Amino acid sequence: MSQDEKVTYLDYASYSPTDHRVIDAMLPYMKKYYGNPSSPHSNGARMKIALEDARNKVASLINAEKPSDVVFTSGATEGINAALRGVAFRSKDRGNHIIASSVEHISVRNTLKYLVKNGFEITYLPVDNYGTIDLETLKKTITDKTILVTVMYANNEVGTIQPIKEIAEVAHSKKAVFHTDATAAIGKIPIDVMKDGIDIMTLSSGDMYGPYGIGALYIRRGTRFEPLIIGGGQEAGLRSGTENVAGAVGMGKAAEIAKAEMETEGERLSVIRDSLVSRLLKEIQYAFLNGHPKNRLPGNANMRFSFIEGESLVLSLDMEGIAVSSGSACSSKTLEPSHVLIAMGISHADAQGSLLISFGRYSTMADADSFAGVLPNIVRGLREMSPIAPMGVR
Amino acid sequence: MGMYTEKVMDHFRHPRNVGEIPDASGIGKVGNPVCGDLMWIYIKVKENRLEDVKFKTFGCGAAIATSSIITEMARGKTIEEALKISREEVANELGGLPAIKMHCSNLASDGLKAAILDYMKKNGIKPPEGIKIESEHEDACDLPSS
Repeated sequence: MSQDEKVTYLDYASYSPTDHRVIDAMLPYMKKYYGNPSSPHSNGARMKIALEDARNKVASLINAEKPSDVVFTSGATEGINAALRGVAFRSKDRGNHIIASSVEHISVRNTLKYLVKNGFEITYLPVDNYGTIDLETLKKTITDKTILVTVMYANNEVGTIQPIKEIAEVAHSKKAVFHTDATAAIGKIPIDVMKDGIDIMTLSSGDMYGPYGIGALYIRRGTRFEPLIIGGGQEAGLRSGTENVAGAVGMGKAAEIAKAEMETEGERLSVIRDSLVSRLLKEIQYAFLNGHPKNRLPGNANMRFSFIEGESLVLSLDMEGIAVSSGSACSSKTLEPSHVLIAMGISHADAQGSLLISFGRYSTMADADSFAGVLPNIVRGLREMSPIAPMGVR
Repeated sequence: MGMYTEKVMDHFRHPRNVGEIPDASGIGKVGNPVCGDLMWIYIKVKENRLEDVKFKTFGCGAAIATSSIITEMARGKTIEEALKISREEVANELGGLPAIKMHCSNLASDGLKAAILDYMKKNGIKPPEGIKIESEHEDACDLPSS
């Protein structure tokens, strides 16, 4: 599978390669078939059939009641913008209060900041040391003026899975709309919008080995929503613009594969992840796992190593042919350490030394072994250089 | 990693003069782990010249490379010459730094100045007019406002 066999790629949380089965499914819709799905002629009808087949597959992955509850978008960022803005503006006659977790993705955080400028008020729910939100605080915070509750399904950095069903119940007790950003969770753990009581959900395609440039919103019929993108009325008027049929076919194929392989794949990745984590905890002093020990995404291992900084870890690992991410300030555009780790009560200095190691579909135990083989030495070298490492800590 | 020059990567890979000087004439401590960079510069002064310069740094690639290269730039210089080394010169010596790093991680010249001021204070020498630690009066975590 990879363009560069020499690289040990452990950064699936940042970007996942497109599955070749997905590419093969898409190709006919780029090379062979063409036509506007809205056109009544046969060319258009063929595209329309492919689009609806893709919609069925995405709906099936999340157990949506009706395929028409799935609306294709250009990706998760658009989905989040459309969901939060669409629900908030549609409901502004009812209230202006929104509740969000304090560990949401930056796309959610910045969209919420935009809503604040437009007169909405946001309450951020604290999380515990594992990154799980507190339901009791949610119950105390929610009022009749609360129009929207948004909590991600699972965290993209530390992998912690939230009590979605319980959150939805609290939101519904005050007739607030419940949105969840499932970008990090989709295709990795089972999601059932009916059982979970989700009103609106953001989905991405790239994160489940589908193509980038496409995503979807699940919008339960009857949910208060207004479209973000207005135009020719495609996607039942909920998201205008001529449909990206090849992209939708790719996302549909990715959803189909995820549904079929999720269970065995999740078990396989958990074994690799757990083996790496326990090995590093044993071999490196002052090493810690960030996030929930069990209730987390299967391929996610977020760890911190005290007294050193994450970007220098990432650079050192890159020199060994290993690609990972870090939660350090220097690795971010904002120059601030990960807000997720800070919300979990981890000190700024320790948050700087965090690494996000994420396994995926093409990861093997050998990848975990190469990583575990080089990391202790790299940590030792950086600690020898660090003014804050206590004597003798390596 | 494409963001750094070959020279930065060379100093990151093979940092020069890492460590402490047990009987240092002066120590400069700058930065803040909250922002991601903390730099300690040790100097040994003999007959008004920097006989030895060493560092310990907690920080990103740019922080480590700037610390490493300033030890080479400062060694053998007189106190007066060393005080004139600016952030700009350190970055230029490395063939440039990414814009985002110019502000937050380019602390080495400040670390060196702080070490020299520490030496002067210990020895009752009055520092020359107009010497200021460039990073001292700003919040090192903030992006430049421009």
